[in-house]
Amino acid sequence: MRVMVIVKASKDSEAGIMPSAQLLTEMGNYNEQLVKAGIMLAGDGLTPSSKGARIVFSGAKRTVVDGPFAETKELIAGFWIWQVKSMQEAIEWAKRCPNPTGDQSVLELRPVFESEDFGAELTPELRAQEERLAKQILERQKAGKH
Amino acid sequence: MSAPDLSRSIDAIWRIEFPRLVAGLTRFTGDLSGAEDLAQDALVAALEHWPRTGVPERPGAWLMTTAKRRALDQLRRGKMLDRKHEQLGRELDARPDTRADERDAALDDEYGDDLLRLMFMTCHPVLSSDARVALTLRLLGGLTAEEIARAFLVSVPTVEQRIVRAKRTLAEARVPFEAPRGSERAERLASVLGVLYLVFNEGYAATRGDDWLRPALCEDALRLGRVLAELASEEPEVHGLVALMELTSSRSRARVGPNGEPVLLLDQDRGRWDALLIHRGLAALARAEALGGARGVYALQAAIAACHARARVASETDWARIVALYDALASLAPSPIVELNRAVAVSMAFGPAAGLELVDALANEPALASYHLLPAARGDLLAKLGRTGEARAEFARAASLTRNAREQKVLLDRAAACGPEARP
Repeated sequence: MRVMVIVKASKDSEAGIMPSAQLLTEMGNYNEQLVKAGIMLAGDGLTPSSKGARIVFSGAKRTVVDGPFAETKELIAGFWIWQVKSMQEAIEWAKRCPNPTGDQSVLELRPVFESEDFGAELTPELRAQEERLAKQILERQKAGKH
Repeated sequence: MSAPDLSRSIDAIWRIEFPRLVAGLTRFTGDLSGAEDLAQDALVAALEHWPRTGVPERPGAWLMTTAKRRALDQLRRGKMLDRKHEQLGRELDARPDTRADERDAALDDEYGDDLLRLMFMTCHPVLSSDARVALTLRLLGGLTAEEIARAFLVSVPTVEQRIVRAKRTLAEARVPFEAPRGSERAERLASVLGVLYLVFNEGYAATRGDDWLRPALCEDALRLGRVLAELASEEPEVHGLVALMELTSSRSRARVGPNGEPVLLLDQDRGRWDALLIHRGLAALARAEALGGARGVYALQAAIAACHARARVASETDWARIVALYDALASLAPSPIVELNRAVAVSMAFGPAAGLELVDALANEPALASYHLLPAARGDLLAKLGRTGEARAEFARAASLTRNAREQKVLLDRAAACGPEARP
């Protein structure tokens, strides 16, 4: 299974204060362990929300809202995607993470949906729709070539 | 922590630490069976202690130290104490004095080397192919005998027996716990890669049973491959194999239809291919090529898979390049199966008639006599050429040759799609 490990933002991460050299070293070592264990598929740190933007949907209306965003504790400062055998394995690996902000920090672990999780939601009709879309794209590309 | 939580936690820690424990203990004692027993003893000790003391901060180190102390106790009891063991005892006692992070870094490197040695050992050519697979999945994959038995559709006692016998064979042959060097290394590495690829293929194209795909087995092989890519990062073919497995896995979601039936590559919905795995596969292939390994057996196959991965729609596939890659593969590792795949690529690049000529040349190949994909490919080309009667017969023959129920159904459907049999 895949698990997304979300590093919650802190006051420092939102203020754009870079982690200490020591924390960077520890994180580097930790990442190396994850890679060596063959579980890390991807991962990155994010810039503060002041550099981000949101698209807010309200019915058919779309509004762009520029950062920063207020609710620091609910924001995200980074993420990993891990391939593990079980949620428990992901939890054990996450416990070995150095404190990601050095202060009060939270890692949130969320299993990624596997296609079988969709079950009946991904009906033959939906699949047919996907296929039609693929065909349309193909035809458009063909038309573009000639 | 509540008792069930703790027991789940210990179970997960155990799975994480088990391969490193066995590897480290094998080096410590020189004996694979003994190492596994010691690791089990350490688990029992953890189950006794941790509910009272809580899980230690460094559970892996705790388990290793506990197991090593047991090993020394056994040796002392057996009055086999010699200078070496005295020295090991001193090292063990001295360890806690060094700084924790330095110690961990040193241990990590050591464990890494040990894991690589263990992998070379469990994939040793002195073992049968079945034994290599079972032992590798057990000791390095951390799978239980039950899990291995389920994956390969054999009984649990069969797997257990394979593992016991494999360990005995290794002991009798006095296979040393070391990573081979020089001329032996290439051959032994090929054996390790062969085992991983075998496990992967069993997961990807289940040769027996009702399932077309056993994703857990693919994931186990891929994970071991990713581990190996760090342990032997200077070996281009390791990255070639990882690239091949990542790229092949990227298609697994699109490879199974809504009713569990196989969907052929060119009919797959490419929107369902896994972009993350494609990205990783292309990166691994680039790593293999940067190390001068573009012409390796696995790297070439990965390069073929990359041609598909890069084509957003099937009609954009660079078939001419695929034919060239198969040419290279055929001269490096000639095999009738490569020839068959090459023939299919030729048909895509230069038309079905050109492909059929090559497929027909393989008709009397003894190695393909019961290989269902030969008549399946021939049927496909005949159908494209409008020779539906012959095509139907080939699909029917292919269906009778496969042992996979899902695949059989698809082939019978294709036979039926060729229309009714002509009346005499």
